[in-house]
Amino acid sequence: MSHGEPINKERKHCNVDFTLRTEYIEGWEAIRAAHRLVVEVPFTPSLPQRGYNNRTLYVNFSTNEIKEKPVTQQMKDIFIGGRGFGLWRLWHAVTPKTRWNDPENEIVISPGPVAGITQYPGSGKSLVVSISPQTDIPIDSNVGGYFGPLLKFSGFDALELQGKAEQDVILFIDGVKGIIRIEEAPLEPINSHVLAEVLTRMYAESEEDRINVSVVSTGAGADHSLIGMLNFTWWDKRRGCIRLKQAGRGGIGTVFRNKKIRALVCRGPVIKADMNHVVDFETIAKTGIKLHKEIHNNDPHQCVMRRNGTAHIVEIMDAYDLLPTHNFQYGSHPDTHKIASTVWQARCTQMTVDGCWYGCSMACAKGADGLVLKTGPYKGHMVTVDGPEYENAAGLGSNSGIFDPDYLLELNFYCDTYGMCTITWGTLCAFIMECYQRGILNLERTGGLDLTWGNAEADLEMMHQVARGEGFGLIAGQGVKKMKEMFITKGWGDPQLIRDIGMENKGLEYSQYLSKESLAQQGGYAFTNKGPQHDEAWLIFMDMVNKQIPTFEDKAEALYYFPLFRTWFGLNGFCKLPWNDVVPSNNSQQPEAHKIPEHVQNYVDLFSATTGIQITKDELLMQSARVYNFQRIFNIRMGKGLREHDRAPYRSVGPVTREEYESRAERYDKQMRDDIGIDPAGKTTDEKIAIHRKYRTDRFEKLMDVVYKRRGWTSQGVPTYARIKELGIDFPEVLEVVKPFLG
Amino acid sequence: MMKLMKCLQIDMTKCNGGRNCNHECEAACAAKVIKSNDPATAALHITAGADGGAAAVICNQCGDCVVVCSTDALKRNKLGVVLLDKKICVGCYMCIGFCEQFAFQRIPGRMEPNKCIACGICVKACPLNALTIAEVPQPEPRFV
Repeated sequence: MSHGEPINKERKHCNVDFTLRTEYIEGWEAIRAAHRLVVEVPFTPSLPQRGYNNRTLYVNFSTNEIKEKPVTQQMKDIFIGGRGFGLWRLWHAVTPKTRWNDPENEIVISPGPVAGITQYPGSGKSLVVSISPQTDIPIDSNVGGYFGPLLKFSGFDALELQGKAEQDVILFIDGVKGIIRIEEAPLEPINSHVLAEVLTRMYAESEEDRINVSVVSTGAGADHSLIGMLNFTWWDKRRGCIRLKQAGRGGIGTVFRNKKIRALVCRGPVIKADMNHVVDFETIAKTGIKLHKEIHNNDPHQCVMRRNGTAHIVEIMDAYDLLPTHNFQYGSHPDTHKIASTVWQARCTQMTVDGCWYGCSMACAKGADGLVLKTGPYKGHMVTVDGPEYENAAGLGSNSGIFDPDYLLELNFYCDTYGMCTITWGTLCAFIMECYQRGILNLERTGGLDLTWGNAEADLEMMHQVARGEGFGLIAGQGVKKMKEMFITKGWGDPQLIRDIGMENKGLEYSQYLSKESLAQQGGYAFTNKGPQHDEAWLIFMDMVNKQIPTFEDKAEALYYFPLFRTWFGLNGFCKLPWNDVVPSNNSQQPEAHKIPEHVQNYVDLFSATTGIQITKDELLMQSARVYNFQRIFNIRMGKGLREHDRAPYRSVGPVTREEYESRAERYDKQMRDDIGIDPAGKTTDEKIAIHRKYRTDRFEKLMDVVYKRRGWTSQGVPTYARIKELGIDFPEVLEVVKPFLG
Repeated sequence: MMKLMKCLQIDMTKCNGGRNCNHECEAACAAKVIKSNDPATAALHITAGADGGAAAVICNQCGDCVVVCSTDALKRNKLGVVLLDKKICVGCYMCIGFCEQFAFQRIPGRMEPNKCIACGICVKACPLNALTIAEVPQPEPRFV
C-alpha cells in the first residue's frame, strides 16, 4: 500500500483529505512491460455528424479479427442506437441455441446518437447487451461513466465483442492516434478499483489526459459466478481517483471474463461542447440551461439528488411500507433511520462534482470517501465507495437485515470491485438468509456461514468466497434461480415455499421495491423484457400511493406507455433520472402530469436538434415500440418471452407466510372484506392466506390479459402480425420466430 | 486570515439605468472583452425599470460556479477573481444554470460561456463613475 501525491490545493475544498486514500499505482510499469501485443490495427478517428459516425467496431477475440461495420440507414430508422443497435448486432451474432458461454455470444456496447452532448443532464450513458448467463435471453444494462461517449468520439457508434481469447487480454482503442490493439495482459490486478486505476495511468499520456481515458473491467467475482457485472470508469479530477459506474444486471461481467477480457480501455479526444456536430446546437444549449436552472431551483426541495443521490428515498420507501426488508417479507423496519439519507449525506463528500458524464447537474453519483475496510483482501485500506445508491442501501441493507452503514458501504465496495451486481447480491443474500431462517439452509449446508438476518460479516465472507472461488459462495454466485432448483433437488425444503420466496423472474433477481400492494408494479416487474428491473416500469407511487391508475385499463395503459417511454432513454444514451427526479414547478398543473410533459418535450427537442430528424412525442414512443417488440421477439427466439415466463414469484404478489400476513393482518383482513368480499372472521391465517392467494393470482393473470392486449400481443404474449407490421419490424427472420405461435 | 477578492461593484445612486448615458459600460465590455459589437453580449447588464429605478446584473465573484463546474475550468486567480479556462471548458453550462446573479451567460454561436473578469474596462468607460473594482472578503465555497 502506498500513499499518494502531496496535498493538492485543488482537492482540499472537498473537505476530505484524499491523500490518505490507498493508491495502487506502484509497479504499474512492470505490469505494462509484461504486455504482449497480439494484434494492432490502425483506423481513422472521426467525430460523429448529427450524432452518428455511421460505423461500428467489431472485435473477435478467437480470431483476433478487428473490423469496421457500416451503420445502415435501416439501423438508424428502426433501431436508433444504444440498446437498439446492440440488440440488432446481437441478433445476427447468435442462434436460438446460443448460450452465454458460447463463443458467438457477444457483448455490445453502444451509447446512442444523442449520447455525449455535454449540455443536458444525464446524457452520457452506454447501453450494454449480451445473452445473459442468468436468463439465457438478451440482457440490457444502462451504465454511466465516460466509455460510451469516448468510444463514439473516437469514431464508433457501437463496439461489438465476440469470440474468446486464449489468455487474458486488454482491448485498447486510441481514438486520438487511430490505433486499436489487443494486448495479452498476464500480470494485471484482478479487481476493478485497482485494475482501473492502474490502467487509467498506464494508457493516459499525461496527468491531464487521464480524464480522456475510460476503462471497462470486472473483478474476481465475475470469474466464479453468473452474476458478474461491468464497471465503467471516469477519472474524478477533484478526488484524484477513478470512479466506477455499473452495467450491473444479468451477468454481463461473467460473459466478459468467459471471453478472457481483462479490460477495455478507450482513450478519446479532448471533449468540447459540440462533439456530436448536431444540427441545432442553440436548442440543445437552451434546453440544457433550462434544466440546469430547474435543478438548481427545485432539487433542494424535491428529491435532493445533488446531496443524497438516489439514496434519498430510503426513508420514503420505509414510510410507505415499500422498503424490502428480510427478503421482501416486510416493507419497513425500526432501524431504517440508520441507513437513511441523512446518514449518506454525511458520509458522501459534498461540494464536489458527481456527474458520471460532463454536464450532469443532477450529480447523483455520490462518493463516500474515507472508508477503511474491515475485511477481505483490502482490509485496512482506505477507499472511496461509489454510492450507496438506493438499490444498494435497500438490497445490501434492509433486505438482508443489515443496518450498519459501515458494513453496508463495505458490501457495496466489494460488490463493485469484485464485479458483482449489488442489486442481484442483495436479493440473493436476502433469499439465502430467509432459507437459513426457515431451516432450508443451516450451518452445515452453508459450510459454516451463520447467515442470520443482519450478519454482515457472514455476508461479506460469502462474498469473499465467491471472489476466491470457494465454499458456499460458489452456490450463492449462481443466483436465486439456480439456488432454488438446487435446494429443491436436494430436498432441503418445501418446493412451493422455495419457489414462492425466491425473488426472481426469467432468472433475474428482483430489484429493491416491495410490489405486494401495487398490482401495476407486479406487472411492471414480471412483464419486463429482461427480467424484474425497475428501469422498465416503476409504477408503485402512481398506483398505490397516488392512486392515479385505479382500473385494469389504467394500469394496462401505464404498462404500455412507461416501458416504451423508458426504453427510449436506452436508445439514445440518456439516463432516466433527470426525467422525473426533478420536475418543473408547474408540473402538477399540466395534463398528464405523471408523464412530466415538459421533460418529454425536452427529449423530443434534443433528439430532433441532434439528428435533424424532427420527431413528435408519438414518434418517440414508436421508436421505442420497434425496439421493445423486437426484444420481446428476440426473447421468444431464445426460448422465453411467453406468458409462462411473465409469471411472478408469489412473494412479489402477496403474503406467503403466516408472519407476513399477521404482521399486516389489519390491512389484509380489510382487503378481504372490501376487495374480495369475504368476511375474515373466524378464519385461520392459513385460510386467509389461501383466499388472498387465489384473489391476487387471478388479478395478476387478468392484468396480464389486459396488458398484452394493449401492447398488441396475443394472450400468449406474442406480438401479433398486425403489430409487427405496424412497427415496420416485419423482417423475414422476425416473422419466422413468431410464426409457430401465430400460425 | 480572511481571503480577499476583486469584484465589480455598482453605485446605484449614480447609475440611472442608462437614462443619462449610452450604456458605455456594456459597449466597452462587449467590444474589448467579449470582442463583439453587440452590447447585449457584455458581461454586465444595466436596465432601466418602468418604475423609474434601475437594475444591474453583475457578477459578484461568489464562486458558486467554481463549485459546480464539471471540469475545474473555473478557478479563482491570485486576485480572487473567478476566471474561465476556455481550453478546459466543455460547454456544459452548469455555471449558467446555477448562477444566482444571472451574470453567467453564453453568446449564441459561441461554445464557451462568458463572465465578468473584473478587468475594470467598464469602470473606465462609465461616464457617471458608478462602477468600481472593489476588494472585498472572499466567501467560503458553499454547496449549491
